[in-house]
Amino acid sequence: MAADAAEKERGKRAALSFAAVALVLGLPLWWKTTETYRASLPYAGISALGSLRFQLTVPVSVVFAKGTLPGAQQRRLPLADTREEEILLNRKPSVTSCYEMTYRSATATEQAALTMATVQEADAALLLLQEDLLGSLTVYVIPETSPLLPQGIGVYIGKHRSAVMRGTQGPGDVLAAISARVQQIVQAMSFTTDSITTALSDRVPMDQLGTDTRRPFKSSLGYEITFSLLNPDPKSHDVHWDIEAAVNSYVQPFLDKLGSVANFSVDSQILYYAVLGVSPRFDKASSSFILSALSLPHVINPVEARLGSSATSLYPVLNFLLYVPERVHSPLYIQDKDGAAVGTNAFHSPRWGGIMVYNIDHPAPDKAPLLLRVDVDMVRVMEVFLAQLRLLFGISQVPLPEEFLLESPGNNGLTDWELDRLLWTRTVENIATVSTTLTSLAQLLDKIGNIVIKDDVASEVYHAVASAQTAMLELASGHLGSAFQASKEAVTSSERAFFDPSLLHLLYFPDDQKFAIYIPLFLPMAVPILLSLVKILREAKQSKKEPMKTD
Amino acid sequence: MAAALPAPRWLLAGAAALLWACCGSAATDGIQDQAEHFFRSGHTNNWAVLVCTSRFWFNYRHVANTLSVYRSVKRLGIPDSHIVLMLADDMACNPRNPKPATVFSHKNMELNVYGDDVEVDYRSYEVTVENFLRVLTGRIPPSTPRSKRLLSDDRSNILIYMTGHGGNGFLKFQDSEEITNVELADAFEQMWQKRRYNELLFIIDTCQGASMYERFYSPNIMALASSQVGEDSLSHQPDLGIGVHLMDRYTFYVLEFLEEIHPASQTNMNDLFQVCPRSLCVSTPGHRTDLFQRDPQNVLITDFFGSVRKVEITTQTIPLDPNLGGLETRAPNDEMATEPLKYAEQLPVAQIIHQKPKQKDWHPPGGFILGLWALIIMVFFKTYGIKHMKYIF
Repeated sequence: MAADAAEKERGKRAALSFAAVALVLGLPLWWKTTETYRASLPYAGISALGSLRFQLTVPVSVVFAKGTLPGAQQRRLPLADTREEEILLNRKPSVTSCYEMTYRSATATEQAALTMATVQEADAALLLLQEDLLGSLTVYVIPETSPLLPQGIGVYIGKHRSAVMRGTQGPGDVLAAISARVQQIVQAMSFTTDSITTALSDRVPMDQLGTDTRRPFKSSLGYEITFSLLNPDPKSHDVHWDIEAAVNSYVQPFLDKLGSVANFSVDSQILYYAVLGVSPRFDKASSSFILSALSLPHVINPVEARLGSSATSLYPVLNFLLYVPERVHSPLYIQDKDGAAVGTNAFHSPRWGGIMVYNIDHPAPDKAPLLLRVDVDMVRVMEVFLAQLRLLFGISQVPLPEEFLLESPGNNGLTDWELDRLLWTRTVENIATVSTTLTSLAQLLDKIGNIVIKDDVASEVYHAVASAQTAMLELASGHLGSAFQASKEAVTSSERAFFDPSLLHLLYFPDDQKFAIYIPLFLPMAVPILLSLVKILREAKQSKKEPMKTD
Repeated sequence: MAAALPAPRWLLAGAAALLWACCGSAATDGIQDQAEHFFRSGHTNNWAVLVCTSRFWFNYRHVANTLSVYRSVKRLGIPDSHIVLMLADDMACNPRNPKPATVFSHKNMELNVYGDDVEVDYRSYEVTVENFLRVLTGRIPPSTPRSKRLLSDDRSNILIYMTGHGGNGFLKFQDSEEITNVELADAFEQMWQKRRYNELLFIIDTCQGASMYERFYSPNIMALASSQVGEDSLSHQPDLGIGVHLMDRYTFYVLEFLEEIHPASQTNMNDLFQVCPRSLCVSTPGHRTDLFQRDPQNVLITDFFGSVRKVEITTQTIPLDPNLGGLETRAPNDEMATEPLKYAEQLPVAQIIHQKPKQKDWHPPGGFILGLWALIIMVFFKTYGIKHMKYIF
């Protein structure tokens, strides 16, 4: 009897110890080993980035030449002022533009430069005197009667980062009087509400955006530019184009200036027997062939298959095509939707590239040789291609009133302040992209339970968050160059983290499948333990009742 | 009374002016509308991902389905560089194909959808669930060539067509694995998070196809399926010469519908929803548009199946100074001086003909030879006795 009781006791203890081991050791071990590996991520940093409040600071110096300010106001200089403006996005303020204005009077060398013969010379001379930091602006105020600016022109915006404007003659506070115009100049040379809204287009509902937002390419780390010459009629035309020299002279300076923005690679090709998909109509009135605006969209597709853009790099491709029409279809003009001939004879497609039609002068039929040699005038062609290239990069003209004179960028293709405009929008766009990418990565990890985060992916995310925070700080302190570099690094890291091939969720287990897997494993082990526990409990209850009964 | 009289008069005048204004502007509005419609849909490029998931000869019809959609999409303008074509088996070069290098979609071999320029990006065993999800989400190993990637951006309209054998909530890939509707919905959500599409049209032609789009939750997706849950999608017609069914019913009628579309047509999605009613298809095709922002009435077929580019006339030029560039014009005579190009030696025939046979290195005899000789010697000594040994060695 005692031995039986001892046996039972041992049995009870054994069952309890099994249950204890299963619960204390087994359950946590199973939980830990079936967990997906997730290296830690800076969720706090990501959500802080998600709220995305920008402060864009533009350092502006306003320089007064001799004779623009009366004596009393002259003594107030040098003066510093800060003006802030909120840009609303979705009716919430999220971008604050801060203009740090410093007012001072001109130094002797600046004064000498401002009294030169033409304003272009003055601009060149003033460039040497400036620090020329990315993102900073200088506005020179000259007396209203000064002959430097031509008649009827109130403001001149140069090729670099300076503008010259006429002061006001009348009494009263000159600073207050010119402040509105200074504001206009500063906005034209840095960023406007529209350009920032465009950069943040992901967060703005689509109907608020104009067509300008869909034209330029999204910010990317590199671009591939291809120049193609299409010769559909090689038996009549022997076309030669000196594309290498033209690219080196006209396109390369433009790309060099944009070198900090992205990597560019340029190539060229000649395609023979490449026809347009549309046959042009013959117009008796002008005895020429016409391509109407409505048929232009159908021109690109048949040609695109032959351009070979699928063999090139992974960067977005910009295609520029020069089409020399066949002899039987010469001359070929493009008409816009009003029926007027287009001066440039070219059109472009958003996010794709541009096409220009190059008409050749044919001599009289009896004097013409069988094969006409054509040397393409590359200057004319490059003028159009550069204009299209600028549009496709989003460098568009800001609408300005009549009295503003904008210096054309010349052979460089791009003025310094246009580059600044591009950098402002690109930086904002990059940081917004980083924020969206990382926020969506965090949401994804939340929603899909079995994506593994490796250590190198986690380090990329940390790097991205840190770079984005640096970029926002630099933007707030007015250093555009370093802000842009930091934003580029942030975008690279975040893209690499999001598109890492290891982040693929492959296994999806619905709940019933999970049960089907675990029940055959755990049930045979759990049933005896549970039953013995139940038995132990019942015996314990009975033994508790018995002493009460006997009492 | 005085107040009542002028009121109807100016009302009439106002109404007349309005009518006149409407008529006057209607003419110009027509062209204006067409031109502006180009920008209404918001996309600037088109992509297509066409997947056939079945292998084996008797699934000929799935390959024919995919190839006929491929053909329509190419005809309407999407270039090969923007199409990712995944075919799980090669029917054109299958040994059981009585007409090699062809894949027909109509009986009596009327229409060969294989054609001359089919570019298959993922072929045979490369069509797996993993590769398909990698293509959609963009998480592709860096060594993948450009033709195997879906390089869409936030202004791309993507057409995704899938066909094969399916069931309630899954689609079978290659007879060995399956993709569930939850995985597909998650993949589309990941695409949306990264803005890899502007609008997506998902068409599926399998049994119980409607179950595959039940779980979608990302915006801007429109889905069509060939049959509802619980129904089977049936095949169209067998060809007695080839010996298998050539097409599935739903895709057959969709192909007929698409043959009438040309790049400038204005047919909208509502017409595509009416394709293949129950009387023709036996199964009930379904569609889902609740996630789509625009009204299907305003969505053109060519928004997804074709590639109509938006164009703008270039009005500005940048004035360039030719003298600054230092442009040297090469004289035409220089061109003659360059030496003619020729191919590199592909196969050094002269060397091969006069080659001497290579001296092979000597290797000691291997195990087999040694064992064989040991056996022979043992048998010899067993038969004739060990005393002969001293004469051998």
